[in-house]
Amino acid sequence: MHSFAPPALLPALPELVLVCSAMLLLLIGVFRGEGSSRLVSWLAVLALVVTLGLAVRVGLEPRVSFYGMFVTDPFAAFMKTLVLLGSAVTILMGMRYFEDHGIARFEFPVLVMLASTGMMIMVSANDLITLYLGLELQSLALYVVASFDRDSPRSSEAGLKYFVLGALASGLLLYGASLVYGFTGTTNFAALATAVSSGGAPSAGLIIGLVFVAIGLAFKVSAVPFHMWTPDVYEGAPTPVTAFFAVSTKMAAIALFIRFLVEPFGPLLAEWRQIIVFLSVASMILGSVAAIAQSNIKRLMAYSSIGHIGYALIGLAVGTSSGIRGVLVYMAIYLFMNLGTWAVILCMRRNGQMAEGIADLAGLARTQPGLALALAIFMFAMAGVPPTAGFFSKLYIFLAAIDAHLNGLAIIGVLASVVGAFYYLRIVKVMYFDEPLAAFDRPISAELKGVLLVTAIVTLFFILLPDPIVGPAQAAAASLFGK
Amino acid sequence: MVGLGHYLTVAAILFTLGIFGIFLNRKNVIIIMMSIELMLLAVNINFVAFSVVLQDLAGQVFAMFVLTVAAAEAAIGLAILVVYFRNRGTIQVEDINMMKG
Repeated sequence: MHSFAPPALLPALPELVLVCSAMLLLLIGVFRGEGSSRLVSWLAVLALVVTLGLAVRVGLEPRVSFYGMFVTDPFAAFMKTLVLLGSAVTILMGMRYFEDHGIARFEFPVLVMLASTGMMIMVSANDLITLYLGLELQSLALYVVASFDRDSPRSSEAGLKYFVLGALASGLLLYGASLVYGFTGTTNFAALATAVSSGGAPSAGLIIGLVFVAIGLAFKVSAVPFHMWTPDVYEGAPTPVTAFFAVSTKMAAIALFIRFLVEPFGPLLAEWRQIIVFLSVASMILGSVAAIAQSNIKRLMAYSSIGHIGYALIGLAVGTSSGIRGVLVYMAIYLFMNLGTWAVILCMRRNGQMAEGIADLAGLARTQPGLALALAIFMFAMAGVPPTAGFFSKLYIFLAAIDAHLNGLAIIGVLASVVGAFYYLRIVKVMYFDEPLAAFDRPISAELKGVLLVTAIVTLFFILLPDPIVGPAQAAAASLFGK
Repeated sequence: MVGLGHYLTVAAILFTLGIFGIFLNRKNVIIIMMSIELMLLAVNINFVAFSVVLQDLAGQVFAMFVLTVAAAEAAIGLAILVVYFRNRGTIQVEDINMMKG
């Protein structure tokens, strides 16, 4: 029987700070009116950075609160850092875009903060109820930001599609959760772990429940065959929102995927590995092949993100501490190279209009060499060419797969990345060898320049100083298996 | 005697109807919203039935949360639908095709 003492609030301090500042910023926005979007955006970035500091500090040691429903540990701290970085940079990159398009409203940073709170709860979930509530808090805010450009038919169509398929995914996940609850008698992850490991052969109901939850989560990370919403939503949503979808939501969803499969269902590795291997192989292949035919760079990035999730899932399929470390390093590097690429895409404007075609990049090396160099670095990194960071992220994953004797998976991964290199390098070719078009609009805003510089440096020089990413990832993966 | 199996069967049938409602319906987005609602209610039947059989309150608490979230979800879905209708003047499913998908 639970005692009804109030729960310890310290483990949830970052979430509480973030959600309270979101409320405060909403008030500021409402009272100061339409012109307040820049102020609210900067304050939101400040709040996200403060929350990041708190999350790292609180996550140093494992703490459980709210009657076992909420956990913070180095794993949660690592993933929350990535989520919050992605959110803060999204708001920074979005400011100019929204002003240029006449949709600079203070609701955007507030919604991003609320979505980030949901993502942090997902990362820290230690119970099916927390898992569901975090996921929905995230999703409900995301449905709104997807259709944020409310006068654009494409943006509202993206929002509608995302809503319908997101709600379907939540429904599948919930059905799975109800079966898991029914066949084990508990919703708590720790109690589920004991129930799963002590019960001998798992019941069919439990396995079906596990499969349904995995399908729901596969929708959220957009793994094939549950990816069909991704290209449309990425193309239709306003570009900063797409960057947010491509970065922060993936971090939170993959963190939830890892925690859900490794903690309560670790003993059933043999059962869920088949699902993850299938998702991973299908995503890698489709991500590489389908991207070749794309002419819109946002759609291309959608397929690219599907492919990257496929590689990350290899590490999850391995299911060991080194595999999870590989996923974490992969996601961290994915964050930097993806944010950089989106910053370049946000610079692609001619005469005040977004230019989203790959052909629009023609001859960029002659008109804007700095921008072309940055994009070339990111494309080489995405393709996994050494010495960029993208090579090492794939290396960690493939090494973990070979250690676990999943050689076939590693080979398919390498082959898929060779196919994928084609469309990344085609962009480099278009920039460096095609006849130049008119230059993109200048000047590039200071925020975008800063983002480009930092992400390019991290992507290029990760080889010299990998410890700030690999060290915490190692500790985070160990904390997941240490209990 | 009505047992757990009966409740689970009803819930499974309703849930499947919800899924098919989303995929087979070629008419109207409102019907999709109703199908989503049907899926969530089927899940609630599951939760409450399990909760009674297991003599454990967590399932009923979960069902309450699902109901609350479903209400919020419907509100946001309808709001997006209104925005969409203002832009396109239609909510036919076959017209939602500006981007190939």
